[in-house]
Amino acid sequence: MPDDDAREESHKPASGGAQERDANEAIEVDDIAAAVVEKFPGTVFHDSHGQPVVHVARDAWLEVATFLRDEQQFTQCLDVTAVDHLVDSARFVPPGVSAERFEVVANFLSHPRNRRIRAICQVPEADPNVASLAEPYPGVNFGEREVYDLFGIAFEGHPDLTRILMPDDWEGFPLRKDDAPARVPVTFKEDPSP
Amino acid sequence: MSTTDLPDADRLGRQTDEGAQEMRPAGRDLVVTGMPWPEAEHEGDTMIINMGPQHPSTHGVLRLMMELDGETVLRVRPVIGYLHTGMEKTAEELTYVQGATNVTRMDYASPLTNELVFSMAVERLLDLEMPPRATWIRMLLVELNRMSSHLLFQATNGMDIGALSMMVYGWRDREETLRLLEAITGLRMNHNYIRPGGVAADLPDGWEEDTLKVCDTVERGVREYDELLTENPIWQERMVGVGPITTEDALALGATGPILRSTGFPWDLRKAQPYLVYDQVEFDVIYTENGDCFDRYRIRLYEILESIRIVKQCIEKMPPGDYRVQDRKVTPPPRARIDESMEALIHHFKLFTEGFKVPPGETYVAAESPRGEIGCYLVADGTGKPCRLHIRGPSFYNLQAAAPMAEGSLVADAVAIVSSVDPIMGEVDR
Repeated sequence: MPDDDAREESHKPASGGAQERDANEAIEVDDIAAAVVEKFPGTVFHDSHGQPVVHVARDAWLEVATFLRDEQQFTQCLDVTAVDHLVDSARFVPPGVSAERFEVVANFLSHPRNRRIRAICQVPEADPNVASLAEPYPGVNFGEREVYDLFGIAFEGHPDLTRILMPDDWEGFPLRKDDAPARVPVTFKEDPSP
Repeated sequence: MSTTDLPDADRLGRQTDEGAQEMRPAGRDLVVTGMPWPEAEHEGDTMIINMGPQHPSTHGVLRLMMELDGETVLRVRPVIGYLHTGMEKTAEELTYVQGATNVTRMDYASPLTNELVFSMAVERLLDLEMPPRATWIRMLLVELNRMSSHLLFQATNGMDIGALSMMVYGWRDREETLRLLEAITGLRMNHNYIRPGGVAADLPDGWEEDTLKVCDTVERGVREYDELLTENPIWQERMVGVGPITTEDALALGATGPILRSTGFPWDLRKAQPYLVYDQVEFDVIYTENGDCFDRYRIRLYEILESIRIVKQCIEKMPPGDYRVQDRKVTPPPRARIDESMEALIHHFKLFTEGFKVPPGETYVAAESPRGEIGCYLVADGTGKPCRLHIRGPSFYNLQAAAPMAEGSLVADAVAIVSSVDPIMGEVDR
């Protein structure tokens, strides 16, 4: 019975379909990522669980997006988000990428080619800003405002970089790992504590 | 800048200073959310009004700042954040076992889709493969959820347009699907049924008959709405040609789902990038050419029928077997085993106290929710809790498309347009 197998080691990947799927997708995706890597020196390709990821230098962020749209038929930038790796002890970055505290992540989709690609950009804590993709992809407007609001990463060239989810006078950036979640005290009626 | 500095300051209504509505000459910077509105584009007497955040037609707490010239909407700016509850921050404090209870509350009209993308993202990082029955149960549930979500749209859309009886019919038939979901999952909404590793429980006895009965009820309902509304001249007057958007604009603004399909762009992730077992069932992608409110209504109406088709094929093809993976590191042991096996007890205890660990990595998993592409971007750091969980809510991005749709329309049409975008504010604000 599987219950009796009280292994203490970490989870082992199941064998079978997962690997096959990864292999198939990896062959398909190589050409777009390879084109990006060839065009932009300093870009690093990484196969993340069968999904193509390109790690882009911060100063090439906008050019890569424009290249994807104009020459690789990536019709939509579906999402822009960020990750704070402040307390990430087991962080993985592919060789050739120097890790910074923040990562800005953009997911692109090409309808004509039915492909996806993800671009990741390292953003340092000391200078949290990156170029806005709102010019090639106007749809990232809300997404970038959300990242600005919750992570405090500024997007240069964004048409309207304001807080979107938090109140305008909010101090701090809630999704940063060093932002204390219970900073605003909640008082209850007849609370005995002062 | 003070209002008295303006050249035509004498035309300002002083008594309205405390009110929400204030006559402003064009050219003044309009402070909306701490930053000025992008520079004024219109001349003459225009008025800024707030629609919402408390308004029956705003589907929750959406606030629209509208610049009006008489009855005509010149500009729209959606202001969101009134329902922001920090669910992505909360997700970082919850184990992967608890995570599904959190994400299910984001898009509360289609909770199972949220659970699905979260579970698929976790499973992808774990390299888990689902047993076939679990996959089919998931697809069945997600399609039933699509039916209930689109029925909710039909109800609220009817209410917004003024077809009030439609509201009652829509809620009535949605309740039937929710009753079935309750019979299967135990809860009407926020089911927490699709979990990493499979689903929470097997389908109950007699689910085939119950499901077929609900399919018949809903199908009869859809025919009824079709007869009641689609050819109705008053309905068409309110909907046809209202809030048009082109394919190019929809793509540029990140709009997905029925909004994109209404512009003549037949893109559906279920067909284009099949997940679950959508490649083993027959269904059509509904799309129309005009990109107006009427088309968005029709697409959602006929998608219910396609979902019924899929559900019926699920009933036929439902394979026997296990409804979750038998991996004690991810799914709990059966209750009976806990009495017999110490290891089972340990596994059960560990799973529900500290959860399971996910190897470091990051992934993005997308699915077609009733509103468009829902995505889950998950970053794991090797511990029992996610380093970052981000849900790409389709409503969040679709809402951007509401502004160009509404520009140039009448105020009354703006209500129809917001309704046709079908935003769920829980997902927009998270």
